[in-house]
Amino acid sequence: MSDYALTLDRAGEEDRELERATNQVFGFWIYLMSDLVLFAVIFATFAVLCRNYAGGPTGRDLFHLPYVLGETMFLLFSSATCGLAMAAAQSGKKNLVLFALAVTFLLGLGFLSMEAKEFQRMILNGDGPSRSGFLSAFFTLVGTHGAHVCVGLLWMAVTFAQVGLKGLSASVQSRLMRLGMFWHFLDIVWIGVFTTVYLRGVL
Amino acid sequence: MLGKLTLSAIPYHDPIIMGAVLGSVLVAAAVIALITYYGKWTYLWKEWLTSLDHKRIGVMYLILSLVMLLRGLSDAVMMRAQQAVAVGSSQGFLPPWHFDQVFTAHGTIMILFMAMPFVSGLMNIIVPQQIGARDVAFPFLNSLSLWLTVAGALLVMVSLGIGEFSKVGWSGYSPLAEKLYSPGVGVDYWDWSIQIAGIASLMTAINFFVTILRMRAPGMNLMRMPLFSWAIFFTTILMVCSFPVLTVTLAMLSLDRYLGMHFFTNTFGGNIMMYVNLFWMWGHPEVYIVILPSFGIFSEVVATFSSKRLFGYKSLVYATGAITLLSFGVWLHHFFTMGAGPDVNAVFGITTMIIAIPTGVKIFNWLFTMYRGRVRLTVPMYWTLGFMVSFSLGGATGVLMGVPPADFVIHNSVFLVAHFHTMLITGTLFGLIAGYSYWFPKITGFRLNEKWGKRAFFFWLIGFYLAFGPLYLLGLMGMPRRMYHYSNPAWHPWLLVAAGGAALIVIGTFLLIVQLIVSIRERETTRDLTGDPYDGRTLEWSLSSPPPVYNFAQIPIVGDIDAFTDMKEKGLAYTRPVQYHDIEIPKNSGAGYLIGVLTFLMGFALVWDIWWLAASCAAGIVLIVIARSFDDDTHRVITGSQIQGIEDERYRRLEAAR
Repeated sequence: MSDYALTLDRAGEEDRELERATNQVFGFWIYLMSDLVLFAVIFATFAVLCRNYAGGPTGRDLFHLPYVLGETMFLLFSSATCGLAMAAAQSGKKNLVLFALAVTFLLGLGFLSMEAKEFQRMILNGDGPSRSGFLSAFFTLVGTHGAHVCVGLLWMAVTFAQVGLKGLSASVQSRLMRLGMFWHFLDIVWIGVFTTVYLRGVL
Repeated sequence: MLGKLTLSAIPYHDPIIMGAVLGSVLVAAAVIALITYYGKWTYLWKEWLTSLDHKRIGVMYLILSLVMLLRGLSDAVMMRAQQAVAVGSSQGFLPPWHFDQVFTAHGTIMILFMAMPFVSGLMNIIVPQQIGARDVAFPFLNSLSLWLTVAGALLVMVSLGIGEFSKVGWSGYSPLAEKLYSPGVGVDYWDWSIQIAGIASLMTAINFFVTILRMRAPGMNLMRMPLFSWAIFFTTILMVCSFPVLTVTLAMLSLDRYLGMHFFTNTFGGNIMMYVNLFWMWGHPEVYIVILPSFGIFSEVVATFSSKRLFGYKSLVYATGAITLLSFGVWLHHFFTMGAGPDVNAVFGITTMIIAIPTGVKIFNWLFTMYRGRVRLTVPMYWTLGFMVSFSLGGATGVLMGVPPADFVIHNSVFLVAHFHTMLITGTLFGLIAGYSYWFPKITGFRLNEKWGKRAFFFWLIGFYLAFGPLYLLGLMGMPRRMYHYSNPAWHPWLLVAAGGAALIVIGTFLLIVQLIVSIRERETTRDLTGDPYDGRTLEWSLSSPPPVYNFAQIPIVGDIDAFTDMKEKGLAYTRPVQYHDIEIPKNSGAGYLIGVLTFLMGFALVWDIWWLAASCAAGIVLIVIARSFDDDTHRVITGSQIQGIEDERYRRLEAAR
């Protein structure tokens, strides 16, 4: 036991950095869980309001499934390239990390601009978030996911710069790992959005 | 340029508000003048505002909490005074729009800016010391949480002099809180201030959850952890699960108010009941977020001053866990009368009554800990005993209201006000004051004066019974809550008694301040040289008072519950290592403070529709976060020889004191 305490005290630079990184990843898991509660509440709200059309359009009038499927594909493929970036980071291939991050960024941007275009079309047609309870819930649920993707893109740009400038140092690796968790998490949430909002709305 | 903000937003025609504003400004000016006079700005910036030391951050939380306690208390006094005079033809001194702001501010402040910072302060200071850690898991996040909480509190304070505060009650029920019925800025002040403080609380929760799970000293498995740390652990679980609900609910209300959406409106497909449900899905766990830490404090106090291990340690842990789980299943009892139907009401009535069982288990644990213990009646014990009696009474009235048919009779009456003040004053606040008195020597290095502490306690206790006893009776007599005026003369005598009780509470609070001043003045004679003034049982008492910045020069090895008692019994306490090693501690950072300032400005700008300011503050926050993420040089090293010096001094004083 006392040997353990001694090693704990004498822990070198690397061990402390490792411990810090492990704490950060664990803390980030807990943050993701709290974010999951946040999304759960918005999903529940959508479920309560999803038929309150107030004489306005329904999901069947508004959604084009093939378009949303295209959007979804952007996000799913971005998750794959994000996974590639993580794998490359583990084997220390810096240039591959940069390449995969760049592709992920572009795919994420593609998803986001398709979503923005959909929002724009609806708002210009007079079907904005203040039209009905259903549309308030729709814009808020999809928009909250979109805002998360937006933050993810900003984070990805910063991490790209850090990989470029600092290489794959321990702190950059830890940040990459958390970015990956965040990105996959958003993917999972999107599957929920696709099913409950779009599929259920059209079928 | 300034959005909706014009000079007419300042209520200069109202002498009461302007007096309060003038008083606050004068106090702030006096503080600034004193700091300048003594040339302490650099000291303040380097040692406090930018500090990432969990103990310093904790002290700043406690100061915030004390200031907000005084503000919330003056609101309470105004309400009691108004109801003592506003009967029949007399209208009292507060017009309805002002009275409504006062009770809203009182509730909001006492829960979110008094109780919550008090809890955060004590857990910051004590939890790392109790579990044998040198810091929290994320020191920078910790500083950020503090300054966001301060930003939220400041927003509430500013609403006093610029514009107005919410008039719809601290729970902000819709559709009353919607733009149509509350077009002013009051609801927006309320919304943004608790939105900001809520996010800060969530970050604190994640931080301490990770700290407790990952940074305990070797040998301290979970079932050897002190009860206060256990209570905080369960509290963080409650916070992580419930605060996102508040965040979403407030955000939806903002979307309704700013973008004309229809979540909680009564037109265009909004759903009013959804607001009430969502608010209490956070609101009920929140009740336990502020009570569980106090339960933890009482457990520490009772064990220490009975010189005995806690009776039924495991059952206390399981009871706390049971309360944590059950607290998510009772929210509907806040609105039995809002049309849920007998079947749903019955279920929530039963869960409400069940939650009294683990709480009762705790009361018996504390009683049996005292039984045959060598009880020392110190000030923290006074607060604890006052709690045990009063809280049991308050619990009984809670179970009474948990019966839906009974609730239909007393719902929305002052009986309810009396009930939850019994829980929150004699439960939460007495516990927090007990914790403050108990750990004061550990925080400052000298003891609090016992005589003034006991006087303050008796004024608080008697004042509490006089102020809230009559409200139980008035509730049964049919008096609704939140009345700025009433015409039933039969209520009047009881409200006079209640006002007298409030006066005693004010004296009690004044005496707490006297106690603090007296203790500071006589500090040279009451120094705690050993770091263990009460023959303490847990690890924080093994450190000097106040502890060095790194807490533990050598991480202790824990062998039992009550780790420090175990060490003392085995003769292992105060053993020194052969050699001291370097310790890495976080460097100071002003980033948290700056983000706090920008967040306050952003909140203010959002309240008044000053869009350019809000956008630039948001951009500034993002830039600071990015800049911070580029900084890898976040730690500094205290060398082994420096530590040797500090520890030599500590052991020299320890020897002298023996």
